Amino acid sequence: MDAQTIIAKRIAHELRDGMLVNLGIGIPTLVATYLPRDVHVFFQSENGLIGTGPIPEEGMVQPLLTDAGGRPVTALPGASTFDSAMSFGLIRGGHVDLTVLGGLQVDATGLLANWMIPGKMVPGMGGAMDLVTGARRVIVAMQHTAKGKPKILNKCTLPLTSARPIDLVVSEMAVIGFPDGRATLLETAPGISVEQVVAATEAKLAFADNIPEMPL
Amino acid sequence: MRTVKVEDAVAMIPDGATLMIGGFMGVGSPERLIDELVRQGKRNLTVIANDTAIPGRGIGKLVDAGLVSHTVASHIGLNPETQRQMLTGKMAVDLVPQGTLIERIRAAGCGLGGVLTATGIGTVVEEGKQKIEIDGKSYLLETALRADFALVNAFLADYLGNLSYVLTARNFNPVMAMAAATTTVTVDHIVPVGLIAPDHVVTPAPLVDYLVANG
Repeated sequence: MDAQTIIAKRIAHELRDGMLVNLGIGIPTLVATYLPRDVHVFFQSENGLIGTGPIPEEGMVQPLLTDAGGRPVTALPGASTFDSAMSFGLIRGGHVDLTVLGGLQVDATGLLANWMIPGKMVPGMGGAMDLVTGARRVIVAMQHTAKGKPKILNKCTLPLTSARPIDLVVSEMAVIGFPDGRATLLETAPGISVEQVVAATEAKLAFADNIPEMPL
Repeated sequence: MRTVKVEDAVAMIPDGATLMIGGFMGVGSPERLIDELVRQGKRNLTVIANDTAIPGRGIGKLVDAGLVSHTVASHIGLNPETQRQMLTGKMAVDLVPQGTLIERIRAAGCGLGGVLTATGIGTVVEEGKQKIEIDGKSYLLETALRADFALVNAFLADYLGNLSYVLTARNFNPVMAMAAATTTVTVDHIVPVGLIAPDHVVTPAPLVDYLVANG
């Protein structure tokens, strides 16, 4: 299983029946693929849709129905559409139960940097700052390291996305939470030892004696 | 509401104007007005929009033609030409969180001086802004954002100018329709009065100044 699949499959276990969920672009989008059949959630696209469905079959594209990346999607039965003020009212107002976003760096207290690399990549924050600030639960889906360097750091060197700490990081190596503002190792991926996670993480990790294996 | 030809709708926009342009990655953008802005070569424009789409599409066409000197947007990451013009200093870009951008536009249209939001606290977005504490929680004061013209696209307009939208093509359009001195609208279909039921009108006719005729 590749890193993206491990991350997406693990995060799919966090979705509960009836939740309103916003998935970011990239690995987060894959989470929908691994949703258990008996779990029904509402996916929000922040461009104005609740009830986002899969990519349409060939020949069935409706150009005025896209996700937040501008790609054609479908709308499931029971979907609703609305303007951007409503969409971000849902996000900031705490009505979105869970958001899953990509990450560049996460610090030891759970603060996230995921929207720019000064001088290199300045795409704009889009909806990320509102989502991290306003969603009830925030999960970051990211590879544990970039070019062999840790991405879970003592302190982020890149500009932060929000002053609100995230709830969980899921990587291909581990699940890390931030109870009481401390990076805490909660699970390891199959075949990965606690020592390997610690070695690939700059932030000091708290952990219990027995770390369970990630359910996939 | 007056019905105008697209050439006349754009002729009244001066060089240097501030334009709000609806659409999200080009979906729901007033393409005919954008094409005509390019044809007439309106220069030195300030564009307030969610994004600048991609080269060759929607607002991306204005960027390609070098007509935009200032952009206020939440995301430009999918348009490398916007990024290039920003990095070479040809275009100034203000990046605003998407929820803050739409609320600043909404505030202008609703007669509010601004809004208070927790988004941006503790980030570079808070630089130079007033922080206000309410019930122990910090918020940024984000001021209202208005424009000379709102260029809006809807799915249906009736002969009076009542508008309705479809699917994800609504996005910034109805909010911008309230926030500019002049609101100019292109639509996919013009229909008789009454076909859009009162409960389905999203932008009421009195908000529309100019409806661009079909053809």
